[in-house]
Amino acid sequence: MQELSQFGKDLESNFAKNSYSYKFENHVIFTDTKELLTVMAKLKDEFGFNMLLDVCGVDNLKRPASEWTHGKRFESVYHLLNMEKNERIRVRVPVDVEGGEIVPSVMSFWRGADWFEREAWDMFGISYLGRKKERLLTHHEFVGHALRKDYRSDHNQPLSESIEINFDADPSITPEQAALREWINIGPSHPATHGTLRIMAEIEGEVIKRSKLEIGYLHRCFEKMCETHLYNQVIPYTDRLNYCSSPMNNIGWCKAIEDMMGIEIPDRAKALRMVLAEISRVIDHLVCIGAGAVDLGALTSFWFCFELRERVYELFEKLCGARLTVSLTRVGGMAQELPVGWVTDCLEVVKHIEKGVAEVDRLLTKNKIYVDRTRVCPISASQAIEWGYTGPCLRAAGVNYDIRKANPYYFYKDVEFEVPVGQNGDNYDRYLVRMEEMRQSLRIINQVLGNLPSGPYQSLDKRVCIPPKKEVYTNIEGLMNHFMLIMKGVRPPVGEIYSATEAANGELGFYVISDGGPNPYRVKVRPPCFAIYQSFSEVVQNHMISDAIAELGAMNIIAGELDR
Amino acid sequence: MSTNKRLVSPIANKSEEEFALDRLVITTKADSFLEWAKRWGQSNSLWPFPFGTACCAIEYMAVVGPKYDASRFGAEVVRFSPRQSDLMIVAGTISEKQAPVLKRIYDQMADPKWVVAMGACASSGGFYRAYHVVQGISRDIPVDVYIPGCPPTPEAVLQGIMQIQDRIKNGVSAYNDSTAAIEAKKEKAAQLATTEN
Repeated sequence: MQELSQFGKDLESNFAKNSYSYKFENHVIFTDTKELLTVMAKLKDEFGFNMLLDVCGVDNLKRPASEWTHGKRFESVYHLLNMEKNERIRVRVPVDVEGGEIVPSVMSFWRGADWFEREAWDMFGISYLGRKKERLLTHHEFVGHALRKDYRSDHNQPLSESIEINFDADPSITPEQAALREWINIGPSHPATHGTLRIMAEIEGEVIKRSKLEIGYLHRCFEKMCETHLYNQVIPYTDRLNYCSSPMNNIGWCKAIEDMMGIEIPDRAKALRMVLAEISRVIDHLVCIGAGAVDLGALTSFWFCFELRERVYELFEKLCGARLTVSLTRVGGMAQELPVGWVTDCLEVVKHIEKGVAEVDRLLTKNKIYVDRTRVCPISASQAIEWGYTGPCLRAAGVNYDIRKANPYYFYKDVEFEVPVGQNGDNYDRYLVRMEEMRQSLRIINQVLGNLPSGPYQSLDKRVCIPPKKEVYTNIEGLMNHFMLIMKGVRPPVGEIYSATEAANGELGFYVISDGGPNPYRVKVRPPCFAIYQSFSEVVQNHMISDAIAELGAMNIIAGELDR
Repeated sequence: MSTNKRLVSPIANKSEEEFALDRLVITTKADSFLEWAKRWGQSNSLWPFPFGTACCAIEYMAVVGPKYDASRFGAEVVRFSPRQSDLMIVAGTISEKQAPVLKRIYDQMADPKWVVAMGACASSGGFYRAYHVVQGISRDIPVDVYIPGCPPTPEAVLQGIMQIQDRIKNGVSAYNDSTAAIEAKKEKAAQLATTEN
């Protein structure tokens, strides 16, 4: 409690009666459904928690009943962020779902609560006042709530037919106008929707008047899979969240578990993680820019971008054998030491990418068609915050918030780099921000590789890392340690943590609850593009279909982390 | 697949010397020659429909991309309309929600058609033994070639495409053996019978 700031003390004195605590750099408040809105209003207006990061459900069924808060089985958990002071708070609300208790919706404070609340109903059956009970990730014929502890993880429910496109009558228009309107279905298998997104639009001519989004076509049950696997076994699953930049997800996950266990990883591991994170930021942006330009008809830049990506794939291949889904980190450090000559190779690739980025820049930045096609769909800073935007899309709207600067983890406070910020929040600004971020990332890589610390690549902590083979073969303690880690796995203490890193798309948060067992009790990922994509319908309203496609590319929606 | 085997003409299984003679003198019936030419043409101008959903789709981009260049095998004309394509490459996890879409698009593809299940998820559900993931697309559609890997390397995908070419040259396709195709043939025969009557 001693590191608690004045801010924390204020919070404590205000919310003591709602049971306040502080853990892992997060303030935590327990409250109940009746008081929720008052607490939220106070947090937003008085304490400046202006961004809602995440809403999720928790099922306490498998925990001892004595630990259930107020004797209720479910909890609705909120994560809020105060960007100015960089404080995070978790609000936990116990809900008696079986008793028909309904949670008030926080939609009136943050528009961005929309999909999060829908997901909590879909996964746990927690009802929110005034919200329709619509499925979000699972299909519409699904019975039951998949993330409840009494739902079997391998119980499949086949779907007979996709949901039909349907709009209610629009009361604001005359019958003549209504006659001009048409319904059009885009996706889920459409080149512009990058695979698995579905947009149902009501159009007048080529202008989208209303639209509905259907997601969940790539719902791979990441969170349920986490609950059935060991902590280190979850790492390959995190690879496939944002598969354009898998190392970043590995890092986010491992950092959360390490923070929870209080493990300080060695300097070398920190530096290597930074290099990997930045290089994957570059390749993520390359795909976003390249594929986004294809949607606008510019195929050449895509080939340019992909050639650069191939270079990075080669680096990854040298490092671990895999190209895309690398699983490079382990809880407590890295998976292995760098091969000989990797640093030189990496520096060469960085040089090559610098040149390549300049080429892409020449192709697009002053290209009249590209500029005209991307100067669409602006979003203001306040709107962006209200929806829960993070990452390049938020910075393009003019908000200078980057976790690497605001709450520097690893060596981000020691390296020089700048955070580009846009003005208009339109697609062109997003493109410019991404281009500049790539240059800055390359700058970071150069600095880190120039001063790469030596030493072990894994922590020596016995709770997470297998001792060296010599120890295992020669002394009993090493043998026991090896045996316990293999048989019982990494076991963080009872507790919970919300840990966030700056991923390519924005804030990637892992909310992990441990019950002391070998598997995580509950994992909630806060995927950056989930919050961004829910604003799509509103952003593209009264824009052309072709602009909506450009918007989709610029938001960089990755289905793997959107649907999980 | 050995190179020798591929050189053998599908018209008849002949030795290499005989086959060399065949290349100088064509002694065959017109219809079987046309059949051979059709298969040769089909196998070298595949028009793939990339049913890309997840990570494998990114790797498929690399296959079409500059380094691996699928056009060397005549399979670069990626079509996003099922009506224009004859090879469906299912790249990525198919969820329960996606399965009806996959089936519908497969049905929309014109005969002849071939299917590649790219990667562990499409082949078997992969390591997602989960409530919303289809445990292999063969539950819904007939599959010609399974490519292992998570995701498979581009080399593996190229080999998969070559396997498809072999199947085409030998006149084999999973669709032809599927119940749907057999039923369609029966229906056609029945229709012919009724029109004749």
